Amino acid sequence: MLSRVADSLYWMSRYFERADHCSRVLEANYILLLNPSKPSREARWNRITEALGLKPESLSGDSQANIMRLIAQPGNRSSIVSSVAGARENASQVREQISSEMWESLNQLYHKVTAASSSGEGLDPFRLLTSFREGSYQFYGVSDSTMNHGEGWHFIQLGKFMERACGIALLLDAHFSEATGADDLDWVGLLTSCAAVEAYRKVNTSNVSPDCVADFLILNPEFPHTIRYAADQMSYALDKIAEITPSRKSARSERLIGKLRASLTYVGIDEIMARNLHSYLNSVLEQCHTLHAAMHQIFIDYPIESALEA
Amino acid sequence: MFRPDGRARAHYKALYARLLNSPAEELVRNKQEADLSFFNQGITFTVYGRGEGTERIFPHDLLPRIIPSAEWDTVERGLKQRITALNLFLKDAYHERRIVKDGVIPGELIYTCPHYRREMRGLKVPRDVYVSICGTDLIRMPNGKFVVLEDNLRVPSGVSYMLTSRRVMKQIFPMLFRKYGVRPIEHYSQALLSTLRSLAPEGRSNPTIVLLTPGVYNSAYFEHSYLARQMGIELVEGRDLVVHDNIVYMRTTSGLQRIDVIYRRVDDDFLDPLTFRSDSALGSPGLFNAYRAGNVVVSNALGTGVADDKAVYAYVPDIIRYYLAEEPILDNVQTFLMTDPAQRDHVCSNLDKYVVKAVGESGGYGMLIGPHSSMAQQADFRERILANPRNYIAQPTLSLSTAPCFIDDGHVEPRHVDLRPYVLFGESVTIVPGGLTRVALRKGSLVVNSSQGGGSKDTWVLQN
Repeated sequence: MLSRVADSLYWMSRYFERADHCSRVLEANYILLLNPSKPSREARWNRITEALGLKPESLSGDSQANIMRLIAQPGNRSSIVSSVAGARENASQVREQISSEMWESLNQLYHKVTAASSSGEGLDPFRLLTSFREGSYQFYGVSDSTMNHGEGWHFIQLGKFMERACGIALLLDAHFSEATGADDLDWVGLLTSCAAVEAYRKVNTSNVSPDCVADFLILNPEFPHTIRYAADQMSYALDKIAEITPSRKSARSERLIGKLRASLTYVGIDEIMARNLHSYLNSVLEQCHTLHAAMHQIFIDYPIESALEA
Repeated sequence: MFRPDGRARAHYKALYARLLNSPAEELVRNKQEADLSFFNQGITFTVYGRGEGTERIFPHDLLPRIIPSAEWDTVERGLKQRITALNLFLKDAYHERRIVKDGVIPGELIYTCPHYRREMRGLKVPRDVYVSICGTDLIRMPNGKFVVLEDNLRVPSGVSYMLTSRRVMKQIFPMLFRKYGVRPIEHYSQALLSTLRSLAPEGRSNPTIVLLTPGVYNSAYFEHSYLARQMGIELVEGRDLVVHDNIVYMRTTSGLQRIDVIYRRVDDDFLDPLTFRSDSALGSPGLFNAYRAGNVVVSNALGTGVADDKAVYAYVPDIIRYYLAEEPILDNVQTFLMTDPAQRDHVCSNLDKYVVKAVGESGGYGMLIGPHSSMAQQADFRERILANPRNYIAQPTLSLSTAPCFIDDGHVEPRHVDLRPYVLFGESVTIVPGGLTRVALRKGSLVVNSSQGGGSKDTWVLQN
């Protein structure tokens, strides 16, 4: 397929996942912020800004206002409305590639969130977030059932899981670096941010120790919102893309994703914690960035000279 | 639809009976079904120039326009004759210019045309086919005959509306279709693909054909996307193209893929920033060199605008006589050239009676409709004509024929229409029966162009 089209599908997917992730983080923390607890409100907001990769000063003051800003402020690059707009912008460039149901579902969600952002006060952020989550499930479900699972689909999966891996890594880093004073509710909040509470309990019972939570969210191979699962899906997508585009020099991306998977498959949480969780998560992020750049260089932005050699 | 004595014409009898026998509510319901069908298919058009640039569902009228078979056969022969002559003219204009040397057309008319491309001088075009896709606008005169209003030889559009409206009409009026025996049009996409394929460079047995679009923000993007899908060819933008060693490639995830034929919906000016407008991002640098080298074919060829310039239009009957030694089957509309002092004086003193058009415009822009204009508008146009006479022509205000249209509130009223058949010139000439009937939806308006709020009707050419 055209490189530009693959790129648009990839970014549509990344932006959408970004919005989805943000909405989960906000939903989880909205409840947490209602509880009086040891970590101060300020500390909690610091954690949220770090988790979403925002500048520290960008959030201040009233929690309600902050949440609304992160949902509905169009100028704010990390807000849900911005991310959904980015997804929609990319989708509109490649409408023939996605199904019409996908477009309609994304378009409806976009209008729902932008309507919220323009109507201002009087809105219940929690209800907005719930309704966004439902719309997001619908988009993912409609995509899965109505789009051909060909080359375009695999680029979509690549984008989704790339964004997911990075999102979870940042989130974990934020929680663990500000872990003093965190109580059980905070750890449950972390799991909720990844929709992982019930799945976690099936594996670990309701005992929430930081190590078990980290173990689950990094290394569990079966739950869709873990770093390991994301890496496995990225690898599968890249394999399928390589099958479809056999002349491409994909050895480099294969090596990169292979290394990432190995660092998630053949290691235990004790090792990670013993060395340094922060540097481990940083390494995951770096590897993701390198893989993203490599993937672009191979399929999207390759220099003409290299393409003509083949 | 009606004869002067008020009785329905023979070919409209069945439709008339249907209208008489259907209660208004049923027709309103039919209209709503049709609108919904268009809406669901996302058949849209972007309307500019009214303070908005929004996507709207293409306005479509419920009632078909019906043309008897014998009438159409004449039109078809006339169109074939016309496109053959125009292709010969284009070849001559860019090579020996015999027609100028023989004094049939003044040379400066050709050279002062803004769409004449000196870059095309002497360039060999495959099979000498400059225009492979043409949309010729016809109107019906009071005496019932069809005449040519203008040719569109550069990037004619509207065919997707013709195709999609036929599909919708089949859903709404299946009985009428069966009763009438309407000639099919669905083969257009296949015919277009064959036409493009026939232009492929020598030795390219399985040519890669693409449709070059300016992108999603272009008003006709729906059509570009629709046709690309129907033909099964890739829809590309300038930024997907790369020219290397005079070969055009597109950038794909499996590497660079060579392109052989480009069905371009981008104007000449924007095709190549190295040859034409340097500020264009819609084309690809070096594209024209690849074209010149014969490594890629562009359809329609560059420089065809010299033959659809409205001043050159006035000479088309002479062009037909010169190259084919035949009398034109389809007449032109009487046209006055503002470059001629006598004609200019006459028109400028009687602007309220004429329609003045800028020679290179399309879409109904740059036009003065005399009887509908104010003194101020006329004064403005008079100034423009005097400042640049080459850029204007005038035609008597014609009453375009009307056809019955179903107005939203439930009754039927006449609206002005024209007809744009689409002519394909490949191995042979293919003309899909009928074409796009464009309707001036506003009561009394004579402007049918979709970019200014016109709509369309399905056109039924009968089998016999």
